[in-house]
Amino acid sequence: MEVFVQQLINGLTLGSIYGLIAIGYTMVFGIIGMVNFAHGDVFMLSAFIALIFFMLISAWLGAGLIVLSLFFVLILAMFFTSLWNWTIERVAYRPLRGSFRLAPLISAIGMSIFLMNFVQVVQGPRNKPTPPMLNKSILLIDSATYPVSISYKQIVIIVTTIVLLAAFWYLVQKTPLGRAQRACEQDRKMASLLGIDVDRTISITFVMGAALAAVAGVMYLVLYGVVSFHDGFVPGVKAFTAAVLGGIGSLPGAVLGGLLIGLIEVMWSAYFTIDYKDVAAFCILAVVLVFMPSGILGRPEVEKV
Amino acid sequence: MAMDASTPAKRQADMTRALKEAAFAALITFGLCIPIIAWGTRQNLDNQLVLDPRWDAVAWAVAIVFVGRFLMALRQQKRSEGKSVVRLLPHGTIGFFQRNSKLFSLFGLGFLLTFPIIAINLAGWGGALKWIDNFGVQILIYVMLGWGLNIVVGLAGLLDLGYVAFYAVGAYSYALLAKNFGLSFWILLPMAGILAAFWGMILGFPVLRLRGDYLAIVTLAFGEIIRLVLINWTDFSNGYAGISGIPRPTFFGIPFTAGDDGFAAVFGLEFSPLYRTIFLYYVILMLALLTAYVSLRLRRLPVGRAWEALREDEIACRSLGINTTNTKLTAFSIGAMFGGFAGSFFAARQGFISPESFVFMESAIILAIVVLGGMGSLWGCAIAAIAMIGGTELLRELDWLKQIFGPDFDPTKYRMLIFGFAMVVIMIWKPRGLISTREPTAFLKEKKAISADMVQEGHG
Repeated sequence: MEVFVQQLINGLTLGSIYGLIAIGYTMVFGIIGMVNFAHGDVFMLSAFIALIFFMLISAWLGAGLIVLSLFFVLILAMFFTSLWNWTIERVAYRPLRGSFRLAPLISAIGMSIFLMNFVQVVQGPRNKPTPPMLNKSILLIDSATYPVSISYKQIVIIVTTIVLLAAFWYLVQKTPLGRAQRACEQDRKMASLLGIDVDRTISITFVMGAALAAVAGVMYLVLYGVVSFHDGFVPGVKAFTAAVLGGIGSLPGAVLGGLLIGLIEVMWSAYFTIDYKDVAAFCILAVVLVFMPSGILGRPEVEKV
Repeated sequence: MAMDASTPAKRQADMTRALKEAAFAALITFGLCIPIIAWGTRQNLDNQLVLDPRWDAVAWAVAIVFVGRFLMALRQQKRSEGKSVVRLLPHGTIGFFQRNSKLFSLFGLGFLLTFPIIAINLAGWGGALKWIDNFGVQILIYVMLGWGLNIVVGLAGLLDLGYVAFYAVGAYSYALLAKNFGLSFWILLPMAGILAAFWGMILGFPVLRLRGDYLAIVTLAFGEIIRLVLINWTDFSNGYAGISGIPRPTFFGIPFTAGDDGFAAVFGLEFSPLYRTIFLYYVILMLALLTAYVSLRLRRLPVGRAWEALREDEIACRSLGINTTNTKLTAFSIGAMFGGFAGSFFAARQGFISPESFVFMESAIILAIVVLGGMGSLWGCAIAAIAMIGGTELLRELDWLKQIFGPDFDPTKYRMLIFGFAMVVIMIWKPRGLISTREPTAFLKEKKAISADMVQEGHG
């Protein structure tokens, strides 16, 4: 029982990170029908940006104000990662709109390879450890055999995720911008006929996806305290799995899928074997795509002739 | 030439606009560079992370983007005014190549057959090893993989991101069967191909219903699953450590060793490691040519026609009574078979394999070769493989760059960076690859070249 509760907490923490990345996948897929293969690497890049800003700001503010410096880091990382994703969309995807269907996917794969190696070249191939932060934890169940605790990191991660998701949900559901986005998602041509600037809406979608990926990047850095240039690929695929599991195109689905993938991964490691945890995630991806491609909350795809 | 286009006022306005665009691009670049290039992270002697400011690199990046964007804007304006712009290839080059493609094929074949002799004559016995092994064999492996994947991606239009899995199946089949049962290379080569084809079918079955992006992602997942199993199932594959001491191929039973029964001694030659390399070169050349021959012939068979029809339009295909299940499965398994051949050759050549050789990046490189060359074009694949693999091998040779950029400069680091960038640039510049015109296999009365601009392909 104690083990289960502890793994539940760990799984929810990991799952919120996956959920944040998954939103980027699901929104881009919803609006232009393309798997943004480079999204995992944008996430990795954001973790690097966060790492550099964290070192700059914590040197300036001093080690005592970790939470305040994390707040600044979060905002700066969101801004600069959004700038990156905006540029990527502008350079690598926008010219391909209207090209044949696989062209944007191939371009995204190229972009993914480019980003990964760009970070490797400019920051070096080694793992980058951060100074330890938020190490304290609260004891929840004081058991002699298996004490259950929740660390400050985990609290910060879960609370930040909930707050940002609420803000994001408001943005998509209640503002004109979100309405434009949903309109483009349903029918791009019709939306443009009704006076919506489709290119701008797509750009904003990429910016929003990147901002949430940057939040995930900061949280990843806080949770693991280490990042390297190839850390984008596996979380990227897992987040994509989450998006597919929740139903691609559906925002609550992405979060739900992220939490499920996080829980499955953590439980799998705890109860079966840690060696095959990535195999489990990939298997879920294959099984879901083959047997229920519309996911848990998604709409079934209609085949158009 | 229009009169008003060349007035000074117009030219000034053009210049200002180009400058504005360039300044905007430079500003964005500056923003992109701020955290990630401006400070390099480095571990000091106490294992703590420290930051090194590198504003000079940022200045370079901004300057390069400014100049590049400025020139691009000017070029675009010239083009929109209808002035002639410098072309990369003179007009009609591609057409010339296509009209004489038989001649060029013969010439290329002759060159490939005599390449070892040319290399020995030009570089001597010592220097030829590098040329034949690093350039000849290495490029031909990728040409063969490209042609194999071309069957799946180029002909059948199924985007496969896990092709390296079949390469791995071939390599591990050869390594394990040769080591544990002592079977010879020539028996195991077809067996590895059959095993890979079998795996192609196993993995092909569940993904038959998927199309496009989903298919790509699932094949990627399968590729990763196979690699992770190879890493974790240590009893079977020896995990990360890999398999070493794989038996090398023999010349129909005669090993390439220095001993009395070795190849050199039997034929009365002086021993040299070059013989084995030359032998391997001809083996992979034959395998690659076999791949090309089979895919050329298959395109004329009903199954090849069905692949191409499937690529153009799956729904139309089904309504015309083509069995899409079988069509997809044959494409998958035949493509996988050639991957398996290449894999067993790879294991025999290296003598050592580990899961490190079969990462996703390899799949991406092979896919890049197919896509950049022009999907469905054998010539395109070959040219792309030569450019990309030969180009990266050439990067190793660029030691003189160290004198310009300092001793820390390592050109091979930029290999994959250039690869990724090239994929994006080619997709934007020529979305259908370098050689985008294809010979039609079925035609009415006369043969008209299909231009990429006229067909809407690759929906699947």
